[in-house]
Amino acid sequence: MAINGVLRPGHAVLRALDLDESVHFYTEVLGLQETGRDKSGRVYLKAWDERDHNSVVLRQADRAGLDCFGFKVLNDATLNTLEGRLREYGVSTERVPAGDMLETGERVRFQIPTGHLIELYAQKTSVGNGLGDLNPEAWAPNQKGISPLRMDHALIYGGDIDGNRRLFEDVLEFTLVERVKLEDGTTDLATWLTCSNKAHDIAMVRHHEDAKLHHVSFMLETWESVLRAADIMSMNRVSIDMGPTRHGITRGTTIYFFDPSGNRLETFSGGYQWYPDQNPITWTWDEVGRAIYYHDRKLNPAFLSVVT
Amino acid sequence: MPRHRVFIEDTQESFACDEAQSVLLGMEALGRKGIPVGCRNGGCGVCKVEVTSGQYVTRVMSRAHVSAEEEASGRALACRIRPTTDLRLRVLGSMRATVCGDTRASATDAP
Repeated sequence: MAINGVLRPGHAVLRALDLDESVHFYTEVLGLQETGRDKSGRVYLKAWDERDHNSVVLRQADRAGLDCFGFKVLNDATLNTLEGRLREYGVSTERVPAGDMLETGERVRFQIPTGHLIELYAQKTSVGNGLGDLNPEAWAPNQKGISPLRMDHALIYGGDIDGNRRLFEDVLEFTLVERVKLEDGTTDLATWLTCSNKAHDIAMVRHHEDAKLHHVSFMLETWESVLRAADIMSMNRVSIDMGPTRHGITRGTTIYFFDPSGNRLETFSGGYQWYPDQNPITWTWDEVGRAIYYHDRKLNPAFLSVVT
Repeated sequence: MPRHRVFIEDTQESFACDEAQSVLLGMEALGRKGIPVGCRNGGCGVCKVEVTSGQYVTRVMSRAHVSAEEEASGRALACRIRPTTDLRLRVLGSMRATVCGDTRASATDAP
């Protein structure tokens, strides 16, 4: 499958209760690189192997949570096409000017049925991964902390996840990869959607409050590096929610943990590749424990209740 | 560092908490229960309590869960307060969502 519409998650703008503490955590413990600060005080970060200027933006605020989640699209023509399709679908869109976010082009911002703000953009300055494009080495030296390869996906919580799914499928050409059904056998408790050949690029869980964040996830290369991440979390007394363990859904190995403002993050590795000729996988409500936490085979109370 | 007794009125249990540690981490470190444990970093609100007696110091916590007025009147997130005297507290937060669809008042809806 050629990936030629929405390419991938491109940025998560997260709120921080204490910006200095958060910047220290994201750079020294998680091991992202700070790439800039703007006039309004937002701090821009990227994972080492990402080429674009930023994938995480931190904003000082009086509450935790996710301001918006952005997806990069192939080019300006795709951006215009998708904006047109959103409007035809009945979704109001807003153009945020180029340069509002550092090194980032014009963004098309819209609200999805669960109340989250989603952005599409085509341009972001490529600063490279430090290895160059000609005869590169295998990895960058002098990495700090956990040092994931990239920001990979998000899990969001809100009411109308059915409306979300239809919008992502019908307008943005995402595909359903996995779902968990409630006891009635028809209502989705949760869905996992892809715009690429990853097992998921965004996921959503039905929840009584809109616009909530469950986690933003960062990709590691191996299970061994997931264990190393857990060691680094303990060395730094990071608040861990669950893991290291494995998800039944996507089969990724995982740790859920919290940033200094209580926003849940994930470091994960593995999971399968998805192709458009695969059928979606369905999990029943009575197997949701194994679906989420493959080894514990039960949910921890925090999974459905602790969000920002 | 000095330790202080933290008494949870709901469960009638108490534990010793170091001045350098948050009430929530102090409880967890001793394997005790009574206050719901969420993010531990002031963001999610499930460990909201009302301190009914005693003194403590606070760190920044989410205004989505504790307003300035509430904070002034003794409400706080247990993960963001450290005791400077013995404390008595009442639990306000909860974790009630289940796959069976129970969406009774969560911490954010708590009074």
